[in-house]
Amino acid sequence: MIPSAFDYAAPTTVAEALGVLADAGDDVKVLAGGQSLIPVMKLRLADPAMVVDLGRIGELSGVRDDGDALLIGAMTTHHQIATDPLIVEHVPLLAQAAATVADPQVRHRGTFGGALVHADPAGDMPAPVLAADATFILAGPNGERRVAAADFFQGYFTTAVDDGEILTHIRVPKYTGWGSHYEKFTRVAQQWSIVAVAAMVRVEGGTIAEARIGLTNMASTPLRATAVEQALAGAPLTAEAIATASAHAAEGSDPASDLNGDAAYRRHLAEVLTKRAVIAAAGL
Amino acid sequence: MTITEVGRARLRKEDAHLITGRSRYTDNMTLPGMLHLAMVRSPFAHAKITSIDTSAAKSSPGVVTVLTGADVAAEQGSLPNVWPVTAEQKAPAFPSIAVDEVAFAGEVVACIVARSAAAARDAVELVDVSYDELPVVLDLEEAFTDKVLAHSNLDSNLSATWVFDSGEAGTGKPIAEALANAEVLIERTFYQQRLIPAFMEPRSIVVDPTSEQITMWSSTQIPHILRLILALTLGLPESKLRVIAPDVGGGFGGKLTVIPEEFITLMAARRVGKPCKYTETRSESLQSGHHGRAQVQKVKLAATKDGIVTGLDIQLLADMGAYLGIIGSGVPILGAFMYNAIYKFPAYRLECNNLFTNKAWTGAYRGAGRPEATFAIERLMDELAVELGMDPLEVRKKNWINNEEFPFTTVTGLEYDSGNYEAATAKAVELFGYDELRAEQVRRREANDPVQLGIGISTFTEMCGLAPSRVLGALSYAAGGWEHAQVRVLPTGNVEVVTGTSPHGQGHETAWSQLVADRLGVPFENIEVLHGDTQVSQRGLDTYGSRSLTVGGMAVLAAADKVIEKAKVLAAHLMEASEEDIEFTDGKFSVKGTDQSTAFGEVAFAAFSAHNLPEGFEPNLDSDATFDPQSFSFPHGTHLAAMEVDTETGQVTIRKYVCVDDVGVVVNPLIVEGQVHGGLAQGIAQALYEEAVHDDAGTLVTGSFVDYLVPGAPDLPHFTTARTETPSTTNQLGAKGVGEAGTIASTPAIVNGVLDAVRHLGVKDIKMPCTPSRVWAALEEAKTTGGVQ
Repeated sequence: MIPSAFDYAAPTTVAEALGVLADAGDDVKVLAGGQSLIPVMKLRLADPAMVVDLGRIGELSGVRDDGDALLIGAMTTHHQIATDPLIVEHVPLLAQAAATVADPQVRHRGTFGGALVHADPAGDMPAPVLAADATFILAGPNGERRVAAADFFQGYFTTAVDDGEILTHIRVPKYTGWGSHYEKFTRVAQQWSIVAVAAMVRVEGGTIAEARIGLTNMASTPLRATAVEQALAGAPLTAEAIATASAHAAEGSDPASDLNGDAAYRRHLAEVLTKRAVIAAAGL
Repeated sequence: MTITEVGRARLRKEDAHLITGRSRYTDNMTLPGMLHLAMVRSPFAHAKITSIDTSAAKSSPGVVTVLTGADVAAEQGSLPNVWPVTAEQKAPAFPSIAVDEVAFAGEVVACIVARSAAAARDAVELVDVSYDELPVVLDLEEAFTDKVLAHSNLDSNLSATWVFDSGEAGTGKPIAEALANAEVLIERTFYQQRLIPAFMEPRSIVVDPTSEQITMWSSTQIPHILRLILALTLGLPESKLRVIAPDVGGGFGGKLTVIPEEFITLMAARRVGKPCKYTETRSESLQSGHHGRAQVQKVKLAATKDGIVTGLDIQLLADMGAYLGIIGSGVPILGAFMYNAIYKFPAYRLECNNLFTNKAWTGAYRGAGRPEATFAIERLMDELAVELGMDPLEVRKKNWINNEEFPFTTVTGLEYDSGNYEAATAKAVELFGYDELRAEQVRRREANDPVQLGIGISTFTEMCGLAPSRVLGALSYAAGGWEHAQVRVLPTGNVEVVTGTSPHGQGHETAWSQLVADRLGVPFENIEVLHGDTQVSQRGLDTYGSRSLTVGGMAVLAAADKVIEKAKVLAAHLMEASEEDIEFTDGKFSVKGTDQSTAFGEVAFAAFSAHNLPEGFEPNLDSDATFDPQSFSFPHGTHLAAMEVDTETGQVTIRKYVCVDDVGVVVNPLIVEGQVHGGLAQGIAQALYEEAVHDDAGTLVTGSFVDYLVPGAPDLPHFTTARTETPSTTNQLGAKGVGEAGTIASTPAIVNGVLDAVRHLGVKDIKMPCTPSRVWAALEEAKTTGGVQ
């Protein structure tokens, strides 16, 4: 478990980090919390010539109120996401999902931005962020650019972040007053999601006015369960109506088969877990 | 003797240094000038090695040398198997470094010796090995057909066929008759998946060749056996080798082995003349340490319509992996004596076929043969109950050995000395709330609840106290089963206990101190237990098979008794009394009928000063004892599991787990409780979580803890543990052994519970581990076909 030799830089500002990246060439990796990068380097599945550690850039950490949204620093840890009062009040879905990531040690080291840029299909943070229509703020050699969540996740471990760019913040709209729930299915507690469902619903009287559903590990990227969202919009707030809508959960998905279950099982789980997530989010 | 220590739940002496990191694991060793090793391993499960180019690695910075199989061919010999189960047993040569053919993925093909661990690791990638791939055989039933051979120089994958037949042995009736006359015949095939011991501390070896005697530190369960085997295999004088097992972080049988890396590190250190260290990575530990279980069990159970079992016929296919490990061949044979379990079966036959495959070799894993046997019979007793429409507890009661029938000689010829299955079961049933849970089960079935409830039962026994040497001899095992101890009395009256057992988590330092404190009246704190170093503990057969207390503990008591006998002579002399008049209680020697007495410490000092000793008295009280058990001990118990199955997802949850274990007399209830908890976790892991999975090419897919799912505390329920205490009559303490009980008992309890929850929906069996996807698939299959095997 010894990585190949690499050069190491620990810049203290975003500008400095961008400069280091610009000079480093192609064979460089950005280190956030290191909960994914360090293991793959130790297994020599990755052997970058240079590692740029963002851990000393203070401006990348923390959660700020930004009017109709929250501005979350990419280096904010999962533990902070799970417990931050602004997040708990305005986008509790993020807190609920972050609380299920791995174990307490990983949650204190691993970062929100790191997990999003790593884009593991089984990771817990991408689906809630997609469901919440977050905006990704990237800093690069040509200044800042913004990418919608729908365009950010491009494939298996692949995102819109280009070489030389750094994810600095994630802007998440407030969903104050919405009900939410993250339903995660695993075999053991510290495991990656076999399938998970991120659900937010806005209830008006006895009706579901609006729903946002994100699916974890149902394709190479997180997915929106749009068919379920449409079926739920305006549906009565009953378990039966939710179950009927949830039957569409696997539409458009393309889950993998692995030791934890084949694609057919995952499609089935998506339906069951969507039903459970929406029922919990709606407070039924 | 006043008993104040035995039975007391003392905190363990060992824990303070272990939990504060002041530990001495092998990898903590750093010696002056020490070099580091890294292994180049085959990525292929079966291949010819056509060439190895080490030139780039040799010129890599920091590299001292690179060893290949060809470099050490003349000296490396073959890792031994010490348990030829039949006279005809076949075994391929097992070189530490493969010379021209590899037979499993992960086999060592070269070793880097470098000035740092990082330099060694870097050079691994520079060794250029060319392979010609050969076909692989991975599946046991396929291996039995010999269509593909695991070794190109063997003409069959069959290593040995071992048979026990109660008719032929004269211990019971012939099985053929029982099968032919069966009113009810249950036939099943059970699959014991391959498991990985997954001890917490990876294996590590340090060898110092720089003095007259070569010293090896190794993370092993068996320092004494290791020294002997290194000496015999490499042709070194045994007296020139010292083996130390310092703090060892778990073993579970996975370190009851000698490994290629121990030989390689020794050969490398001798060659370069400097201390060398090798510590495996977790990936290497999972891939190339030995694995356990891995059997196919084809079983037939004959019974009457009343539920009386009349015969049991077992055909085993046992996966040896690519090579025969030190005792891999004997592991299924340990189980062969346990299929009849707590029952009075009149006829029994077992045929065990040991087969080679292109996977890591197998060996002991917590329970070693006995969990497999217990699983099969406890699953079968449930199947019989289902077949007859009886309560599974009732079927067991009809067949078990009643308390008044002990001692009882079983159909395998073993004499069970004691047991009280009625008491353990009654206590478990009460703690569990058996009737209430059965009532709830009915309600849930009737309501078609998405979460169904099942009750799993396991009434198990096992044989511990390995082992009477004459029995091991009769089973063709190369060594004996005795254990040695020495009690050294220091001038102050403090005591050193030297034990031949080699603890790696069991708490011998605490338990042996408790034994000796009571026996000698010396305070617990004033006793030091020494172990795990062949220079300190000259004789021993180490720790495995729940043997340490029932064998090693008895040696400790016997040595302490010899100390008392010696000291009595001196005490009599000092008090000018007759030896016959000396009594020893609570650390004091007194003269009968007088108020004259002298303390143990005073006698100890008198022996040391030697100013005033009886004629011919050697000036010390130290004593040795070697204990060879005359029989095994047989712990037993009743485990009950309430299992919830979410029929929508296939998720299985343990709602309640009650176990009542009878391990005889208990020295330290806290240690026993810990052993039971850990054992349960490992048995539950086989039922629900763990499986070593290989792809079609023979590569281990579950090569990290991301995929090899070892359950953690959050995944396990609260365990309700209790005990009954039926003392063993085969040792003076009445202890039976507890290290493996939880593992052996819990696997069938869990699986029986899962099946009991879903059998009414048409599910007949689910392979272990019962993962959510397998449970769901079984439920889906049952919907369409009315049942799935």
